[in-house]
Amino acid sequence: MNEGGLVLLAILLTSLVPGLVIFFLAEASVLLRTVINLAGAVLKLLLVLWTMHQVGQGVIYELRWPFLPGLDLVLRADHLAVFFGLLSAGLWLLTTLYAVGYLEGSPNRSRFFGFFSLCVFSTTGIAFAGNLHTFFIFYELLTITTYPLVVHRGTAAAFQAGRIYLAYTLGGGAVLLLGVVWLSVLAGPVDFTQVGILEAVYTQQPSTLVLVFALLVAGLGVKAALFLLHSWLPIAMVAPAPVSALLHAVAVVKAGAFGVVRVVYDVYGVGLLARLELDLPLALWAAMTILYGSLMALRQDDLKRRLAYSTVSQISYIVLGVALLGPLGTVGGLAHLVHQGLMKITMFMCAGIFSEVHNVKKVSQMAGMGRRMPWTMAAFSLTALGMIGLPPLVGFYSKWYLALGALESPYPAFALVLLASSLLNAAYFLPILYAAWFVAPSAELPRASRPGQETSWMLLLPPMVTSLLVLGMGLLAASPFSPLVWAIRFAQGEHGP
Amino acid sequence: MSELPWIVWVVLTPLAGALLAFLWPAQGVRVALLAGLGTGVAVLGLSLQLAQLGAQRYAVGAWDPPLGISLYADGLTAVMLLMTLLVFAPTLVYARAYFKQTAHLFWSLGLFLWAALNALFLSGDVFNLYVTLELLGLSAVALTALGGQSQALVAAYRYLLASLLGSLSYLLGVGLLYAEYATLDLQTLGQVIGLDPASAVALALMATGMLLKTALFPLHFWLPPAHASAAAPVSALLSGLVVKGSLYLLLRLWLEFFPETTVPASSLILGLLGAGAVVWGSWQAIRARRLKFLVAYSTVAQLGYPFLAFPLLAAGWDALAALVYFMLSHAAAKAAMFLAAGSVLRAFGQDRLAELHGLLRVLPLSVAAFILAGISLIGLPPSGGFVAKWLLLEAAFATGQWGWALVTLLGTLLAAGYVFRILTRALEDTTLSDRPSPVPRSMELTALLLAVASLLLGLVALPVLGLLEVGR
Repeated sequence: MNEGGLVLLAILLTSLVPGLVIFFLAEASVLLRTVINLAGAVLKLLLVLWTMHQVGQGVIYELRWPFLPGLDLVLRADHLAVFFGLLSAGLWLLTTLYAVGYLEGSPNRSRFFGFFSLCVFSTTGIAFAGNLHTFFIFYELLTITTYPLVVHRGTAAAFQAGRIYLAYTLGGGAVLLLGVVWLSVLAGPVDFTQVGILEAVYTQQPSTLVLVFALLVAGLGVKAALFLLHSWLPIAMVAPAPVSALLHAVAVVKAGAFGVVRVVYDVYGVGLLARLELDLPLALWAAMTILYGSLMALRQDDLKRRLAYSTVSQISYIVLGVALLGPLGTVGGLAHLVHQGLMKITMFMCAGIFSEVHNVKKVSQMAGMGRRMPWTMAAFSLTALGMIGLPPLVGFYSKWYLALGALESPYPAFALVLLASSLLNAAYFLPILYAAWFVAPSAELPRASRPGQETSWMLLLPPMVTSLLVLGMGLLAASPFSPLVWAIRFAQGEHGP
Repeated sequence: MSELPWIVWVVLTPLAGALLAFLWPAQGVRVALLAGLGTGVAVLGLSLQLAQLGAQRYAVGAWDPPLGISLYADGLTAVMLLMTLLVFAPTLVYARAYFKQTAHLFWSLGLFLWAALNALFLSGDVFNLYVTLELLGLSAVALTALGGQSQALVAAYRYLLASLLGSLSYLLGVGLLYAEYATLDLQTLGQVIGLDPASAVALALMATGMLLKTALFPLHFWLPPAHASAAAPVSALLSGLVVKGSLYLLLRLWLEFFPETTVPASSLILGLLGAGAVVWGSWQAIRARRLKFLVAYSTVAQLGYPFLAFPLLAAGWDALAALVYFMLSHAAAKAAMFLAAGSVLRAFGQDRLAELHGLLRVLPLSVAAFILAGISLIGLPPSGGFVAKWLLLEAAFATGQWGWALVTLLGTLLAAGYVFRILTRALEDTTLSDRPSPVPRSMELTALLLAVASLLLGLVALPVLGLLEVGR
């Protein structure tokens, strides 16, 4: 094992070990638990940043463990891996802070934070998985570790949601497994570095490859909440706010989207997909999901459900960008992987604050919220505008590149889908902003003037940071550490400069 | 080291322990633990020997067959012996805390069962296999009856009848074979056997006997009551190991007599029955009202998976590896579940699923054992069950027999159905109905240990499969 492999192992252990230790801590030892949690999160972030630096220098870390004859478990820190790894490590740190504040005084916190850490362990594994079956292993681990978080509240509704969540995700996992095994029987271990490996299969049985692709995308599509496979997502909203934030921004839905990205670029390869003519069906499915999610979001009064349907729609931006198979679509889709994470996590954390402090859970109750909680509402508004795609916020860059990608592709009509979706985004977010800032609240409440007064700093700081990132990464979109630049660099590697 | 006749000690140590524990009941616990240690050393010694020197044949008392008894060990034997050790060692430690009085028949019977199992795995001829099978069945029935309640006695009686019927059917087959070929040695038989009517009838009789003893659907009727009403350490041994004894025998016959006598229909029938077991057993587990019945029906379901591999055995190595890995990971996982269920019974005095309030708060380690073992039973990564499923799926795809792959995946979802029933019950945040009794820590820890083992089996597949290849 080389030094780089140890770094990758350490990145996984920084959340596995805290997770296991926390299970054994007494409920009352809040300080110790928080210290362990945050220490793990900070260490992980530093290690991922170091790995990212190395990737920038052209050094690729790798770790192998023999699993079955001819099959290795591989962790590998390539461009995409650190891209997603940094997103999950960074947002985990903030969400942990938020969750500590959010769950203050509630029962079963050791259990919660134990599974919370295991969930991030799985997500990091997904990010750094170096081949398809390693990816699958962490993908299934994610299902197991998120279930206790979804049902954490212990109510009948929570268990009902948990059952549906399990049925969907385990079903998706089974379909994915079918695809993964089939592929490895056809072509041997599918390492993400050997894109050309399926060419030999293509010459003999192209239709099998189409079928396997359908299995893989259907399996991944459950977690990515593609149209018809998405129903679990709005129902899983019964989970506590930090869980929803994590599920929507980094963990579950992103794992599905990231999987699609891997399958398209690193398993099949852009060229092969174009020859198999799979780009149009995938893009159509994504487009349908985008429009459906937005339309459904429009009809929800429950704030978290509106956000959930918005996620359904936004995740498919990533899939659409990838399905267009051109460099500009790639840039848009990948950048959106990070951009959507930043924006959606902010909105969910804000929604959590609204419901926690003022018991406001519905869009129709938002009147005057800007006056009651100006800082939280400011963060929410900024990211909502970002979602709509207002420059110079990060959402604008996603949409800009996606639209360019559509226009350069053989199917320019998809640009219209993006346009329509943006209008719908505006239609379901702007009324919230209008009510919050310009409508007087039904009952006059004391105004908060300083951030400390509207809620605890642990709740407020994380969404403030992420919303500033939404602005900052938009303003500094050309700086070397912006997700956009990384996406462009990846696209250059993939499609040529 | 490598010259020692470990192969003999593997049988003699537990046998001597059983006799000592019977004659000296006051020291039963100590004798059992010492004998367990000794057997463990012998099994490890033999496994190393096999890995270094290849398959071993040993003529007891230097009398060669056909007159003497010969012991035979290859990689498959070694994996089975290690599986038995893996389940027995923690179960003995668990039983020390579980059985309150020391002078208990469990120790001598348990060790006797161990000796019978090891002898079964080492037997090289079809008649010795019958003898060990009978010894195994009788000690298992006696252990089942140990509980002493009327339920346990009725279940044990039914178990006895099924077991005797199974052995009898097998013995008839052996008689027919002997009449025709005048030899009982497994390898010699394998060389001369052909597909004539008498051999076919003999093999069908032998196989049917084994199916009854392995409780393959629809011959599983005796298993759930027996496994659910026995004492917890006994249930762990019965579900984890005893049913594997007859399954091993069937596999051994299959491997020796293959391909001369195998008609495609027979493997297809085994596969279909396996599929029936997976679906029916899981469904009954999902509907079970009591925890131990849930776990017992899960055994019925899980025993179906190895049979799914039979139609694929002809294709090569993957299917055999899958079959053995199913046996191995199920042994560890199911023993863990039964031991944990014993802790639940001890704490709550009953195991009705609807009334186990506050399970997680009372027995967090046992719940952890349930979940980890459950992950292996469902076949989620990185458990031993996942490796087995992966190998089976590979074999199915490689031979184009998609049907078995689909059954496996269906079984995955159904297993998730009953495993998550336990987890859901545990996560429910209800107040305790009454004060639970204390459970010794060693009971909880041994169950957890086995559950962790079933999970880690997924990460050490290469060395295990490497050992399995010895002599193949």
